Amino acid sequence: MENNEIITLEFEKTIAEVEEKIKRLKQVEAGEGINIGAEVTRLQQKSERLLKQIYTKLTPWQKSQVARHPNRPHCLDYINVLFEDFEHLCGDRAFADDFAMVGGIGRFRGQSVVVIGQEKGNDLESRVKYNFGMAKPEGYRKAQRLMDLANKFSLPVIAFVDTSGAFPGVDAEERGQAQAIASSIEKCLNLKVPFISVIIGEGGSGGAIAIATANRILMLEHSIYSVISPEGCASILWRSAEKVKEATEALCLTAQDLRRLGTIDEIIAEPIGGAQRNHKETILRVGDVIARHLKELSVHTGDELKKRRTDKFLKMGRHLAKPE
Amino acid sequence: MNWIADFVRPKIKKTTSKEIADNLWTKCPECGQMLFSKELEKDFYICSFCGHHLRLPLKNRFEMLFDEGKYKNLALPKLVDDPLSFKDSKKYSDRLKSYRRLTKNDDAVLVACGNIGKIKTVVAALDFTFMGGSMGTAVGEGIVKAAEFATKTSAPLVIISASGGARMQEGILSLMQMARTTAAINMLKEKNLPYISVLTDPTTGGVSASFAMLGDIHMAEKGCIIGFAGARVIEQTIRETLPEGFQKAEYLQKHGMVDIVFERTELKDKLVKVLRLLLNKKD
Repeated sequence: MENNEIITLEFEKTIAEVEEKIKRLKQVEAGEGINIGAEVTRLQQKSERLLKQIYTKLTPWQKSQVARHPNRPHCLDYINVLFEDFEHLCGDRAFADDFAMVGGIGRFRGQSVVVIGQEKGNDLESRVKYNFGMAKPEGYRKAQRLMDLANKFSLPVIAFVDTSGAFPGVDAEERGQAQAIASSIEKCLNLKVPFISVIIGEGGSGGAIAIATANRILMLEHSIYSVISPEGCASILWRSAEKVKEATEALCLTAQDLRRLGTIDEIIAEPIGGAQRNHKETILRVGDVIARHLKELSVHTGDELKKRRTDKFLKMGRHLAKPE
Repeated sequence: MNWIADFVRPKIKKTTSKEIADNLWTKCPECGQMLFSKELEKDFYICSFCGHHLRLPLKNRFEMLFDEGKYKNLALPKLVDDPLSFKDSKKYSDRLKSYRRLTKNDDAVLVACGNIGKIKTVVAALDFTFMGGSMGTAVGEGIVKAAEFATKTSAPLVIISASGGARMQEGILSLMQMARTTAAINMLKEKNLPYISVLTDPTTGGVSASFAMLGDIHMAEKGCIIGFAGARVIEQTIRETLPEGFQKAEYLQKHGMVDIVFERTELKDKLVKVLRLLLNKKD
């Protein structure tokens, strides 16, 4: 992704102005044959400085916007770079293949693994195809089927979480969205292989935890993970969509908040200016961190992995209690 | 003023305020008939005109289920209140205080044990009157304790759900309760102990998408709402009117998500029958 193709977020206006100047200067330089390299360099440094300034102090609401940035690398981008010999596997063996839930087998740095994850799509056409990353029951049943496969052949599972939530629709309800999510969580807990989930953008509620009940939960620096969307929370608790910023802050949904609350294991730093500005660097960093955790988990037996995962989630809530 | 004034007046005052506090009449939300509250309680909160099942207080539910109405409440450990220091129009800690006063319970769950058809059983029930039965860390703790106790005593577990879903005021920690309660249910499954999920009005969101939909047997009270997403959210997403009876117990049964739809007065007999059959016990 080239810098100049990136959609500008509302708080990035000052950066966009500088970048626009650089672009114009370059056009002038090319047309008139004069050398304004020094000015371009100065502006580029300024742009980087601004990016750094803004991105080290993002508010929770700004982070939510970055987490949902349409130019962020999505599940398939990670799969394409990180896995060799990747083969897409399709269908839940009962009803349909849900494109919103991507899954397959591939080789991660030499090791065969099962990969699952939500794909949001990159343009209007693909977004519609992938249903904006909102899986239906068949998607969660597809994930379960693939987890069974992983268990059978002792393959680690790597999940990429990026969804605003499970799809809310009549057909999804009819086919048991609640049951599909519940049994997916159960399947996650019963895995006897290393299981790593990475929140790469948006971790939306039940639709996210259905594939994130893992041994290790990793989050990108500017990703979010929440029980409800800020918009949903604002409209229910504040009865006003305008209170979305307040709701975002109250929900404590940033990677940093979650780490503080002891619900995730590691934050993966993003390149300056967010993952959307440097796909390659982001994906490679994610790959390195996954590799490290996979190595750490590989020393345990299947039963140990299951027990550790179960014990970790059984403590969620008790872990904050002060010892008496 | 003489002794008569002193004596009579407080008495009159006492009766009127008590009657108001008791809500002498309750309106049936289904048929609109006014029901005499004392009668309604005797009728197990079932409308005598249309048979609609109104919400049943947990105490009455327990008394209906356990043999001779006898049971013991299990003490639940206290966790950190308000871990996020959450505040919307009101502080979460203040909301907790007022619901505690209202329900005389610490949170939206009660765990009881006793005999049901002579089978020693652990029952956890969610209280919709406490913040819509929403699941935060305390409710999660109740489910975990119930599962631990059932596993330890080799007793079947019954969970009676009534919840709008996860408790937003506890943020990610309430989402984690979905995985936590699922892990709790797994303890029983690994010991081959029965876990019966009883769904009552309403069972939605994070509760339906975790332990409530993982029972060996799913029993739903007639007419109750069960679903993942709220009807309003779905309507806004698809911009269509919803089908007749959408997300009602009978609809869920038709679509294969519920085994038994029961009338409130049948629950105990059905539960005893199912438990005896699963455990291969005759009386």
